[in-house]
Amino acid sequence: MTGRDGFLDAARWGLLALLVFGPITGLVLDGYQVVVHWQQPVWLAALVFGGRLLLNGLLATGPGQRLARRLARGRAGGSVLVVAGGRGHGRIWILILLALLSLALPFALSKYWINVATLALIYVLLGLGLNIVVGLAGLLDLGFVAFYAVGAYGYALGHQYLDLGFWQAIPFCAFLAACFGAVLGFPVLRMHGDYLAIVTLGFGEIIRLILNNWVEFTGGPNGVRVPHPSLFGLDFARRAKEGGATFHGYFDLPYSADHRVIFIYLVLLLMVMAMVHVVVRLRRMPIGRAWEALREDEIACRSLGINHVGIKLSAFAMGATVGGVGGVFFAASQGFVSPASFTFFESALILAVVVLGGLGSTVGVIIAALVLTILPEVLREFADYRILVFGLAMVLMMVWRPRGLLGLRRQAYGVDP
Amino acid sequence: MTPLLTVEGLTMRFGGIAALERVGFTVSAGSITALIGPNGAGKTTVFNCLTGFYQATAGAITLQGPTGSLDLVAILGQPLRGSDFLDPVTLARRLFYKMFGGSHRVTRAGVARTFQNVRLFKEMTVMENLLVAQHLRVERNLLAGLLGTPGYRRAEQAAVARGLDWLQILGLRDAANRLAGELPYGDQRRLEIARALCTGPRLLCLDEPAAGLNPRETEALSDLILRLRTQHGLTILLIEHDMSLVMRVSDHVVVLDHGEVIARGTPQAVRQDPRVLTAYLGMEEEGGP
Repeated sequence: MTGRDGFLDAARWGLLALLVFGPITGLVLDGYQVVVHWQQPVWLAALVFGGRLLLNGLLATGPGQRLARRLARGRAGGSVLVVAGGRGHGRIWILILLALLSLALPFALSKYWINVATLALIYVLLGLGLNIVVGLAGLLDLGFVAFYAVGAYGYALGHQYLDLGFWQAIPFCAFLAACFGAVLGFPVLRMHGDYLAIVTLGFGEIIRLILNNWVEFTGGPNGVRVPHPSLFGLDFARRAKEGGATFHGYFDLPYSADHRVIFIYLVLLLMVMAMVHVVVRLRRMPIGRAWEALREDEIACRSLGINHVGIKLSAFAMGATVGGVGGVFFAASQGFVSPASFTFFESALILAVVVLGGLGSTVGVIIAALVLTILPEVLREFADYRILVFGLAMVLMMVWRPRGLLGLRRQAYGVDP
Repeated sequence: MTPLLTVEGLTMRFGGIAALERVGFTVSAGSITALIGPNGAGKTTVFNCLTGFYQATAGAITLQGPTGSLDLVAILGQPLRGSDFLDPVTLARRLFYKMFGGSHRVTRAGVARTFQNVRLFKEMTVMENLLVAQHLRVERNLLAGLLGTPGYRRAEQAAVARGLDWLQILGLRDAANRLAGELPYGDQRRLEIARALCTGPRLLCLDEPAAGLNPRETEALSDLILRLRTQHGLTILLIEHDMSLVMRVSDHVVVLDHGEVIARGTPQAVRQDPRVLTAYLGMEEEGGP
């Protein structure tokens, strides 16, 4: 693109911006009068013009052209890369560094930001769980929030009726959510695509409505209080319960409410690391391969002796398990659960995590979960435009990188004997 | 020769339409049998019944196994009949297959198939396609896989080695780590055969393996089919429209028309059969031109 072309292109975009912004920002309703603010659209159009000119200038340079080529390659769809399995030393060091950094993180942050990080990690768990169902097994699930709710309420009600503690609640809720996953799986065995999506959407709503309306058992819209977790019987409260000990008393520290938040963050972080390991392993195991094969072609799967019923149910159950564990941590960190936390918007957000991360890519899902939960907190000043920015990011993603932020990678097998 | 597969009185109706009407034939162990017929004759329906994708309306399909014969219709799961309640053994078997039966059991019994329009796992690599086919042979225990036990790793390595062996035989070894969907069409066809072979079948059913191949590839394919029989002891049943391939490789030909068997025998005998000529070319007019 020559300089003149670049200038004309930028001018075209500026004119377009003027036309769009003119009525939106230029005409302001004041009482019954329309006041014309002609400066604002002109400034915005000038900004667009300048930005486009700058972009054209940058794209004309060497690095810019390389970047454009890379983006174009991603758009072509051929972004699945087959890489050798033997991981280099460099990657292990990066992973160790990341792990240490995230372990040290809570000691440097304020309580508010630790809570944000905890929420982000919960979304990583949910994203990993849904990724098994949608990304690997190709079963579009719009009601994933149901398993999240089962996990959270499993802990809350388990404590109320069965006197379960936090540590017993994790395996209990994982199992409970797996059962719910299988229950959802049975009726939808023969369904695909849109029909499956509608049924799962209904399932998610059913769970929420039951929680909302079965007041005697679940407390209805008032929600349930959830006890805070403890470490080997040590409470994180200011004063110990009868016959108990407190964390700060045992270690002779001054009391701080941060201890509990940091504790939940660290336990959750270890859980996320374990889950990432499990999910990465699962992908390479026979069951993970069968899930992907089921996504690609169910009929071919059956012709190879694979029982598609079992594989489908296992995908639902495994995804639900991870979601249920996420729910337990949500309940523990909030100290309170109510049906209002488990609406369809939540399901849509988790699905957005999986789609943005690239269906099936574990690293992509983790990054997308972190971005989608931390970005809205950073953008709190622009609270009114959050959803707008969110939607814009989605559209841009689908245009530039329809296969997710990172291309998919597949493991290569050693060919030489 | 002993029959490996016996089909008797196979009838398949879709609503009121009879797709197959009392079809019967046998496939001898170690033979290459071709199933031919004009379009819409019911060849693929026979295949779908054999491999468990359709539940036959009536008839019996028996596979001779090393441990006795196996009814391929029963293992799909059949509706219960009144007489079953008098015989607890039959009842128990029927209930078991009704709950856990299905087309995957046919493959486990030793029947593998390919499809008329290639059905590969396109987003997976060639090797992964073959590993999925060996699902039943590898270590599937979740804990063993998560912990990476020696037994699990040995099973995986054996599966990769077996996959590579078949790739070598089919001339696809260099493509092992490419995506299946990226391969040229002819290679995709061969990969589908390799994938079917990885299930360890005794009977290999090929549905139009030469469709879309050029003459040279077709010739290579017929060599391959002959080699699979002689070197690997497989029995092959194939549907094919390419008569040169059928005449070259098959020992036995079964001709279907409108869901009925109209001829069977050696390729030479079938070629001269007037009913076959009529089915393919139409009736000769009185007096002729």
